Amino acid sequence: MSHHIVEVRDLHFAYPDGTEALQSVSFRITHGEAVALIGANGAGKSTLLLHLNGYLTPTRGEVRIGEMPLVRETAAAARRAVGMVFQDPDDQLFMPTVFEDVAFGPLNAGLPAAEVERHVTSALERVGMAHLKDRPPYKLSAGEKRAVAIATVLAMSPDVLVMDEPSSHLDPRGRRRLIGLLQSFEHTKIIATHDLELVVEVCSRVIVLDDGRVVAEGPTVELLNDEALMLAHGLERPHSLRHLHPH
Amino acid sequence: MHMADALINPAVGGTMWIVSTGLIAWCAHKLKQTMNDRLVPMMGVLGAFIFAAMMINFSIPVTGSSGHLGGGLILTILLGPYAAFIVIASVLTVQAFFFADGGLLALGCNIFNLGFFPAFIAYPLVYRVIARDEHGTLRAWIAAIVAAVVGLQLGAFGVVLETKASGISELPFGTFVLLMQPIHLAIGIVEGLATAAVVTFVARARPEALFSARLDMQPRNSMQPVLIGLLIATVIVGGAASWFASTHPDGLEWSIAKVSGQEEVTGTEDNLHKGLGQLQEKTAFLPDYGFKSTATETAPAEKTAAEPEQWPAISAGTSVSGIVGGLITLGLAGLIGFALKARRAGV
Amino acid sequence: MGLGQWIEIGRLDELGRLDTPVHRLDARAKVITTLVFIVVVMSFPRYEVSALMPFFLYPIALIALGRIPAGCILRKILLAAPFALVIGMFNPLLDHQTAAKVGVWNISGGWLSFASIMLRFVLTVSAALTLIACTGIHRLGAGLERMCAPRVFVVQLLFLYRYLFVVADEGTRMMRSLELRSAGPRSLRLRVYGSLVGHLLLRSMDRADRVYRAMVARGFSGEIRVLRQTSLRWTDWAFTGGWTAFFVAARIWNLADGIGRLFTKGAS
Repeated sequence: MSHHIVEVRDLHFAYPDGTEALQSVSFRITHGEAVALIGANGAGKSTLLLHLNGYLTPTRGEVRIGEMPLVRETAAAARRAVGMVFQDPDDQLFMPTVFEDVAFGPLNAGLPAAEVERHVTSALERVGMAHLKDRPPYKLSAGEKRAVAIATVLAMSPDVLVMDEPSSHLDPRGRRRLIGLLQSFEHTKIIATHDLELVVEVCSRVIVLDDGRVVAEGPTVELLNDEALMLAHGLERPHSLRHLHPH
Repeated sequence: MHMADALINPAVGGTMWIVSTGLIAWCAHKLKQTMNDRLVPMMGVLGAFIFAAMMINFSIPVTGSSGHLGGGLILTILLGPYAAFIVIASVLTVQAFFFADGGLLALGCNIFNLGFFPAFIAYPLVYRVIARDEHGTLRAWIAAIVAAVVGLQLGAFGVVLETKASGISELPFGTFVLLMQPIHLAIGIVEGLATAAVVTFVARARPEALFSARLDMQPRNSMQPVLIGLLIATVIVGGAASWFASTHPDGLEWSIAKVSGQEEVTGTEDNLHKGLGQLQEKTAFLPDYGFKSTATETAPAEKTAAEPEQWPAISAGTSVSGIVGGLITLGLAGLIGFALKARRAGV
Repeated sequence: MGLGQWIEIGRLDELGRLDTPVHRLDARAKVITTLVFIVVVMSFPRYEVSALMPFFLYPIALIALGRIPAGCILRKILLAAPFALVIGMFNPLLDHQTAAKVGVWNISGGWLSFASIMLRFVLTVSAALTLIACTGIHRLGAGLERMCAPRVFVVQLLFLYRYLFVVADEGTRMMRSLELRSAGPRSLRLRVYGSLVGHLLLRSMDRADRVYRAMVARGFSGEIRVLRQTSLRWTDWAFTGGWTAFFVAARIWNLADGIGRLFTKGAS
């Protein structure tokens, strides 16, 4: 159960050429929370996310998943606990059929065939794509690909779901379906996104990144309603909040 | 240059299949040793890239025509010989199945002709030797062109040898060579230009993308496995192929006779056998082979006397000449490489 | 190679995913039968023409039973024909010895061997195309692996295929935006070519990196693991055994000749 907690302590990351991408990033996300990571392009959102499953290693500071520090030895376990969905589904669906793509994670975790099948079936049913299990990935629509990409991660039964721009390239219906899906997940959710309307609907807390630093953190409505704050960091007040009376 | 099944006999096709699958297995083994699992998606995507690149044409300077990338050399420049060979093999496989570009029986030949020569000869022995670590300079452009030409010339010659050994086409050896080599010289120049153009761009934009930039070992060390591989391949090809190829000497000789006249045929045969005989005399110290008797008893005229050929015709004499011939070729390739190297050192 | 051919690959792959008795056969059985077919066809002596005819039964049967549109196969054969034509053409030019007589006409050996080459070409190419059309690249890859092809190679084949369209798409888009900005012909100057293709290459490598990232995120550590293993059924054995027997029989006895004789004997 403690695997639901994600903690980042004074994280610094610099690229091999020396450019500082992240500086002094610290936050703590607890069981079942839905947190949005927002910021302008180039703020460092995607780079930060890649630290959460050990793909990138901080140059200073640490990441803890549950009570476990994320180092090379614990990376494999971390990747089972933290499921990551990336921006472009085409990069994540690389097997011949949907079924095999969703089975990829469980198989790598070493589960026996029967178990794998169960995980795959339930993950596909969860996202409503069970009828597409034998389809090759390039024959799916954008929304279907997005849903299947989520299923590929769900099949590993992660405790934490990390997503990078999940609503990009989705039509209104696909987006509505995604939002409904995210709202139904009990996992801890960390979502990097430009879609501030989605943030309002799905996330209770928001972390604002600007130029590699955390510049604000707090309840969604409070922060997103703060027009000055939003504009100062390359964002804006979401439309759905414009009609809300600030408390 | 993709060979169709219709011109290959099963013996030649089968032999080259064995050679190519052996090479693929060996490359797979070498790749596993380096344990670079990042290569897995990279190889796949780069194979797809080659297909896409084949659709894009550039206009060849001076002439009015257009050309496009074939891919063997640039794949090796990016991935190194082992990975590149596997990618080339996969590209050819897809081409064979989906575009009917090259037959299935001939796939082994095609993989060897279009994969082995660019990856294991043109790149390490020509491109790397001439270009060293330069990119975008005149030297690098020349290196690409020469390497591409060498790779394609060898590949084209491979096609000629394999077709002749199959004995289905009547095309005489000389005419075939005159047909294939000049055309592939032109294709080689085009390939070299295209390769250099892209490599120049990539080297500037992302130098670590090039295999040479990622080599931890010194160039000298990395040549060793390549040379050993070359040696093994040459011995197999020279030895085995000549066993199989001798099944159809009548076809070759028949067409030679038809085109060049009877006297020349016997003349050629006499010279060949004289040469063989001398060679065999020199190697007669090898135990249990009995070369001399083989040489004097089986005269070429008797061979064409319509005796049912045994398949494969295992004759120690032919295989020795095959191996020796192969080793000479290898030696020549190495000599060219070292000569170019020496010239550079001398400058 | 143009856009039309890309659509063709897509079509062939779609055909490969149909569900017919032929498609349901194990890939290994089909691969082996096809290879035996090609080897037997190519083992005929140079001048054989009539004995090759019964072999057309194999691709025709597969096309019919596999519900593959024959036009699709024929078109590809025509497209691929030039190479064999060019090489084969030399035979009638060089071989003038009369080898057969049909009525008043003397047919030279060259023409016979040329016809033989072209017949073999059509047979072998249609066998290969039919194989992929009634198997599909994925089942074929799985079958190759069961037949001990190196895992690295099979995985490479599947990844290449998977990203074929994706990269081709990117290339097409780049070319289109280039064409919209140029007035002249489609061929590029070398420097522009290097830059455009170079960009496509870098984007492909970026994509490969992103795919790798996604693979690692799902626990990839070097080995691609396989889930389902199919087993050979009696239909697979019957398919391979039956056809092989037919090929061998047709190789040993000239069936076409025999049938012809039956007819001519009946007529006289």
